[in-house]
Amino acid sequence: MEGYGGGGDLLSEAMCSGARVVVVEDCVDAPGAFVLHLLLKRALAGGGGGGAALLALAQPFSHYDRVLRKMGCNLSVHRKSERLHFFDLQSFPGGTSGGGIADSLAQLYNGVRRAVEANMAKESDGRFTVMIDDVSLLEVAANGSADDVLDFLHYCVTLTSEMNCSLVVLVHEDIYSSEDGVGLLLHLRYIADLVIRAAPLSTGLAADVHGQLSVVNKGMMLSEQRLAKGQKVWNFHFKVKENGTEFFYPGSRH
Amino acid sequence: MADAAVRCLRDGRLDGEHAPALAVQGSLHCCPLAARAMLHLAAAVASNAAAGKAQARGLVVVAFDRSPEVYLDFMRRSGLDSNALGRCVRILDCYSDPLGWKQNIRSQSHQEDSGTPCSTNKDNITIFRSVKDVDKLLCSIIDLGRGFEGESKTYFSVAVDSISSMLRHASLQSISGLLSNLRSHDQISSILWLIHSDLHEPKFSRAFECLSTMVACVEPEGVDSVYGEDRMGNISFLEHNYSKAKFHVRLKRRNGRVKHLYEELRVEGYEVKFLSASSLSMEVNQSLLPKVQFNLELSEKERTDRANVVLPFEHQGKGEPIRIYDGRRSLPEAQQDPDLTKTALLDETKAPKSATAKGEIHYIRDSDDERPDSDEDPDDDLDI
Repeated sequence: MEGYGGGGDLLSEAMCSGARVVVVEDCVDAPGAFVLHLLLKRALAGGGGGGAALLALAQPFSHYDRVLRKMGCNLSVHRKSERLHFFDLQSFPGGTSGGGIADSLAQLYNGVRRAVEANMAKESDGRFTVMIDDVSLLEVAANGSADDVLDFLHYCVTLTSEMNCSLVVLVHEDIYSSEDGVGLLLHLRYIADLVIRAAPLSTGLAADVHGQLSVVNKGMMLSEQRLAKGQKVWNFHFKVKENGTEFFYPGSRH
Repeated sequence: MADAAVRCLRDGRLDGEHAPALAVQGSLHCCPLAARAMLHLAAAVASNAAAGKAQARGLVVVAFDRSPEVYLDFMRRSGLDSNALGRCVRILDCYSDPLGWKQNIRSQSHQEDSGTPCSTNKDNITIFRSVKDVDKLLCSIIDLGRGFEGESKTYFSVAVDSISSMLRHASLQSISGLLSNLRSHDQISSILWLIHSDLHEPKFSRAFECLSTMVACVEPEGVDSVYGEDRMGNISFLEHNYSKAKFHVRLKRRNGRVKHLYEELRVEGYEVKFLSASSLSMEVNQSLLPKVQFNLELSEKERTDRANVVLPFEHQGKGEPIRIYDGRRSLPEAQQDPDLTKTALLDETKAPKSATAKGEIHYIRDSDDERPDSDEDPDDDLDI
């Protein structure tokens, strides 16, 4: 039951290896950034030579560096060895007033694509992970134009089907809960193979449980492993710690 | 019913009429299933075309949501060999590079190959690079359709996956214009499209329903799920929804009649199965039969006895010839001319016997896949 260390046993069990597009939804009461940290650590860990590109709009590099160091993963070293490509987008689109936002996003896509290709060129068989933290801020940077953001995301999704690459995206669910409905969130849920949703405990606050995580495996990719798994919906509790996260089934802890 | 819809798509258009159109509607609750159903229908249309059973010589898939490989892979699995795929399937790939970003990047880095708006690396996949231009899209679809080999006038079918993605790039008016242009084009035999109804306002999906002759709704079997109000409660419902769904089909017939059909859609591994509602209701009936202590069944003897009971309205001739008024002669006439009546009556009694000895019924079924006792209205095609 105790699962932490290698990125959380329950979570990795629930996440099929075939999932190409992962959407992490969180809310103010239960931030889901820890899922990104776990996935980033997993992407960089191991000798497989996997790499990652982190498109950071929410936090500066020093933040990720400190958090991941506590978890036993040195981002600075990875960044130097070019296994981690860090895109600091806190001031995106950075005053490039020449073209529209679509051009900036196309440039950004170009950068990501080059990072993926560079990793592929190393002939490593590890999988590359493109991570966006977070899409809601990307939408803000695009002046609220969800269509441009979706175009960008679509291009990132095409990377996953062309190369050995996966896309992990964080989105704040509760800022889309208004009536308009036809927002970025629904589109994201459609393109996702796997939805990980962090929510506060439905039974109220508790000292040793920080919230619950549901994993919905909705992909229709016709891959074998996925079918063998069978179970598509998982639900369990989590507790975030300094150096990792514990996942456990409801009621399995005292 | 999936079969009925596929038959309509296969039979294609009549001269001077619009092509039959099928709208497949799905929602987020069962979106993998709706997408699967769409793949299944497209594969069925393609295999009909490959077998030469359909009016259409081939299928043009306009792929927005999935990479062309997914379609080719699915069609291969559903029994189309590579020869048939090359002959009967063309894919207009609006997935890989919908806005031309990749091409721009490439043309910036090296100057060559910038002048090919629709390039292909395989013979049946064509990459389309400006999805915002709906007129160009229409031309590309029709150009691809003209590529199918055949004598004089070749028909083809079109599958669009999905309208929802197109609506992100173009307005409702232009997309519905595109669809009605496609339907009225005289080489298009049938058209089907997928729409995610909950991504748009209800009026959008209604507008596309109006353009179609058939609507197939994929609806969740269970009521609510993670995304509903009862958020985390009914995980099992969601699990259920991802393996089976309700498949409602509404067929608009030429004479204005509307037919509702209902099936259950199940996905098992790679296969998509449609269970008819009748077999479902059979299952329900069997399980609903009350368990009682006394015997409701009849024994064999009781059954034969019951069959032998002569009911009051049955003819009870008791050996004498039965007089049946045949409508040709009035009774007073018959009394006046007893001989004639006698012969007539004799004919009457003999006729059935000779008929059983001689008679033969020649019956040729219209097509193999139509059940002899299907509920299809035989006079349906009559224009009265």
